Amino acid sequence: MNDTICAIATSQGIGSISIIRISGEESIDIVNKIFKGKDLSKVDTHTIHYGHIIDGEENIDEVLVTIMKEPRTYTKENIVEINTHGGIAPTNRVLELLLENGCRLAEPGEFTKRAFLNGRIDLLEAEAVMDMIDAKTEVQRKMALNQIDGKTSDLINELRSDMVQIISNINVNIDYPEYDDVDIITNDVLIPKITKLRERIQRILKESENGKIIKDGIKTVIVGRPNVGKSSLLNALLQEDKAIVTDIAGTTRDIVEGQISINGILLNMIDTAGIRETEDIIEAIGVEKSRKSMEEADLILLMINNNEELSEDILDLIKEMKEKKYLVLINKIDLETKLDKTQLPVDSSKVIELSILENKGIEELKRKIEELFNIHEIETKDPTYLSNSRSISILKKCLKRVEEIEESIKNNMPIDMIELDIKNIWEELGTINGTTYEEELLDEMFSRFCLGK
Amino acid sequence: MVEIIIVGGGHAGCEAAYASAKKGHKTLLITSNLNNIADMPCNPHIGGSAKGIVVREIDALGGIMGKVADKTHLQIKMLNSAKGPAVQSLRAQGDKVAYPKEMMNTLKSLENLEIKEAMVEDLIVENQKVKGVILENGEKIESKIVILTTGTYLKADILVGNTRTRQGPHGERPSLFLSDKLRNYGFQIKRLKTGTPQRIDRKTIDFSKTRVEPGDNKYLTFSFDLEPQYKIEDQIPCHLTYTTEETHRIIRENLNKSSMYGALDDIEGIGPRYCPSIEDKVVRFSDKERHQLFIEPESRYYDDMYLQGFSTSMPPEIQEKMVHSLPGFEHAKILKYGYAIEYDAIYPTQLKASLETKILENLFTAGQINGTSGYEEAACQGLMAGINASLKIEGKEPLVLKRNEAYIGVLIDDLITKGIRDPYRLLTSRAEFRLLLRSDNADQRLRKYGYEVGLISEEQMQKLTKKENSIQECLEWLKENKLKITNDVKQVFLEKNIPLPTATMTLEQLLKRPEITVEFLENFITFPYTDEVKEQVEIYLKYEGYIQKAYKEAEKMLKLEKKQIPNDIDYDKVNNIASEARQKLKEVRPTTIAQAIRISGVNPSDISILSVYLKKEYGKDE
Repeated sequence: MNDTICAIATSQGIGSISIIRISGEESIDIVNKIFKGKDLSKVDTHTIHYGHIIDGEENIDEVLVTIMKEPRTYTKENIVEINTHGGIAPTNRVLELLLENGCRLAEPGEFTKRAFLNGRIDLLEAEAVMDMIDAKTEVQRKMALNQIDGKTSDLINELRSDMVQIISNINVNIDYPEYDDVDIITNDVLIPKITKLRERIQRILKESENGKIIKDGIKTVIVGRPNVGKSSLLNALLQEDKAIVTDIAGTTRDIVEGQISINGILLNMIDTAGIRETEDIIEAIGVEKSRKSMEEADLILLMINNNEELSEDILDLIKEMKEKKYLVLINKIDLETKLDKTQLPVDSSKVIELSILENKGIEELKRKIEELFNIHEIETKDPTYLSNSRSISILKKCLKRVEEIEESIKNNMPIDMIELDIKNIWEELGTINGTTYEEELLDEMFSRFCLGK
Repeated sequence: MVEIIIVGGGHAGCEAAYASAKKGHKTLLITSNLNNIADMPCNPHIGGSAKGIVVREIDALGGIMGKVADKTHLQIKMLNSAKGPAVQSLRAQGDKVAYPKEMMNTLKSLENLEIKEAMVEDLIVENQKVKGVILENGEKIESKIVILTTGTYLKADILVGNTRTRQGPHGERPSLFLSDKLRNYGFQIKRLKTGTPQRIDRKTIDFSKTRVEPGDNKYLTFSFDLEPQYKIEDQIPCHLTYTTEETHRIIRENLNKSSMYGALDDIEGIGPRYCPSIEDKVVRFSDKERHQLFIEPESRYYDDMYLQGFSTSMPPEIQEKMVHSLPGFEHAKILKYGYAIEYDAIYPTQLKASLETKILENLFTAGQINGTSGYEEAACQGLMAGINASLKIEGKEPLVLKRNEAYIGVLIDDLITKGIRDPYRLLTSRAEFRLLLRSDNADQRLRKYGYEVGLISEEQMQKLTKKENSIQECLEWLKENKLKITNDVKQVFLEKNIPLPTATMTLEQLLKRPEITVEFLENFITFPYTDEVKEQVEIYLKYEGYIQKAYKEAEKMLKLEKKQIPNDIDYDKVNNIASEARQKLKEVRPTTIAQAIRISGVNPSDISILSVYLKKEYGKDE
């Protein structure tokens, strides 16, 4: 039997209410022990009740309690949700009371794990729920929803069903070698099929890159010499979009210091601290720091001064960022032009002139970013693709195997050996939506889940 | 006193009797007809894809099918010889007279075996333990263990057109009561069906209108112990012909006269998917213009030709028309009409991996009674039942072959874990580790087990050790030697359009290249090793990457195989398992997590829950 788990399901300290979720067979009984109001053991399922959480005689908080009885719940277990007043102190107090009365604090992702284990959702769906919780933009939400619907599963299943046809045909050839009225799959017949498979995987991967952008945003760094106006640009961008300015550690290992939404796509500004520091620090250190941030970024905004001549170190930076997506911003166009633009070794479409002081060129910058990442296309398209890195890395592995198969065919490996490789990929793909059983996979997946759901 | 009674003298019964008698146990083989020992009532060949490997495995373990086939076949060939080593498999054209005779001689030579003609009607059962059999005439024969190898004889019905006749193959007497008795003891019984085509008089076939299918031009044996017992030039060919548009028209117009298409309305049995009747083929693959038919000789001693691929349950007059519509068969004389046969089998999920039943102790079952089809499938189960019955008497643990060790292991695990829907045939695609389960290495995989249980002699074992040592030596030798690049060598490489090797390349490195074979290198350098050693070395070097991968995969499975599920587990206490999965787990009662995973209807999430439950309830690390 599963024990009863509880956790705070909302972000702590933010918002006017907090929700504590309890799941497990005894969840209703446990809450009933600390609830003053109706007898919760006698109420109907899926109902909400007003009352107070009490510790002996002491009133802790005025609450609304939602009772949901199994099996029609997220985890397929009895679930109780307590809406407390937002503050950290009362919420924690209620949580402590629950723990004292027989609940156990949920591990990260444990609610979703239970939903998965109890057969309510499949593996891709479980991952999607986690994405859903983290969704900050509309596109993100849509994409997560698609995954919950199993659309992404369909994409993988389609790929697999194509493969299973090849596999079964080869197997028929092996098991009925004397029959010549069955299509014989030879390496020559196989080549176009494998090419098609490779192209399909490549396409999914490419689209999944977009998916990753939707989900994780575009990691953006602003580089440039001191006093060129980096922090002014940052502030200008952030001010325009105050609603989602946050100052939290992001989901990735990087510190995301500011988030800007462009048509629903997040720009994650990284190393903003670096920018601010380097305004006062000697040049050499500043450039060194910029280099490091550039390595991690998806988008580099290089800022140069219209009022200065082009320097060697800027030319070096340009050389280094050519592998990445980048834009060159010429700031301070309100001042006298000392910069010779023709000397910039970049395409003119990548250059934007602006004056942050006079608020000129910011809109153009946003438009260029949209262009650079096809944001318009991403936003309007039905976002059905793999968006989590586990799925993408499996798919990349499969792509490598497909390339190996092409090599083996070239080397005249017997068809039955090639079939083993194809089957292997087919099985591997199955692990994306949990069709194949991989215990390690479960452990890895669920430890990644955020607390509370 | 008799220790082991075997009921049924088919391919399963013969292997079981041989193994138990050879292991020194007093054995009684009871057959309903002494003339039908090791009968081949259907197709006349032994081996085939995957099945040929099973025959090799039987031989490696110390069984007899391979040796008897080697001594009597009409022709033999290696299937899939153009493909990789993992899917190559031997197929021999058996002799339906010589094979049973040779088998009978082999059995008669065994000291501890007695063969008796009688019909078994019931078992002696006390406290869910079998203590012997009761014959039709009421006679009771006691034994420690009973092995049922009754084939298709349980409540057998022969179906031709609109007639149903209660009889076994060749019109033999079927077993009328045994399956009902088994049902009463608590066994679930399943009705299965299979079919067989016509036999045609060889003298009336115009072979000029058919294609010749000869045996291989190379000496081959199933057995690891025998030298070839035949001459290549004396092999008897098979022939190939095709159905015609006319054949299909006759079938379509008379479909309602076939037992299976409405002439009989009480068909319960489920026929094999992979061995459809010609009616099925014409109906289900209506876009196919023609179907392949093999004309196979049945014996040196009579004229019956088996028309493989033309199995039917049409009435005789329609069969006449169908046969005469085939090229070369315009004036053919049908000696025996095709028929379908329905029979009772037990659900194999009621068996343990040793092939002892879970319901009655000391009762083993093997062969078609367990829902399989095919002589080889039957024989290997018979062998395993014979070995495990003996081991049980000796107070030893049963011999259970794993899926990475033998096709026999795959077959038995499939039966007891997945159960059957239609008669089970072994296929290479059923084996997840087919690269390890090759025809060429059956001895290296299994001889040791045959030796442990006492069916393989010291001498046979030494022969294997010698071979294995020689393989190692050869691998070393290839590492140490190089090919001298003379002008002659250069010439040959250029002619064959093979890139020239560098002077520093060892023979090992050369052999790893896809286009270079041992045979090719022997143009320039003599390998001081036997053919079978060279073969092993070549496979090892050419497919090393694949083989290593397969070992790794097998390793993963073995890890899960080690996660035992205790015998006393109560699946009703494992919360949250899907109800279908719970029911399947209760039915199969898997002994390991690996086995549980293979049960259809048990999903990964059920396995996760089960693992968590085991960890919690039984404390050990899964």
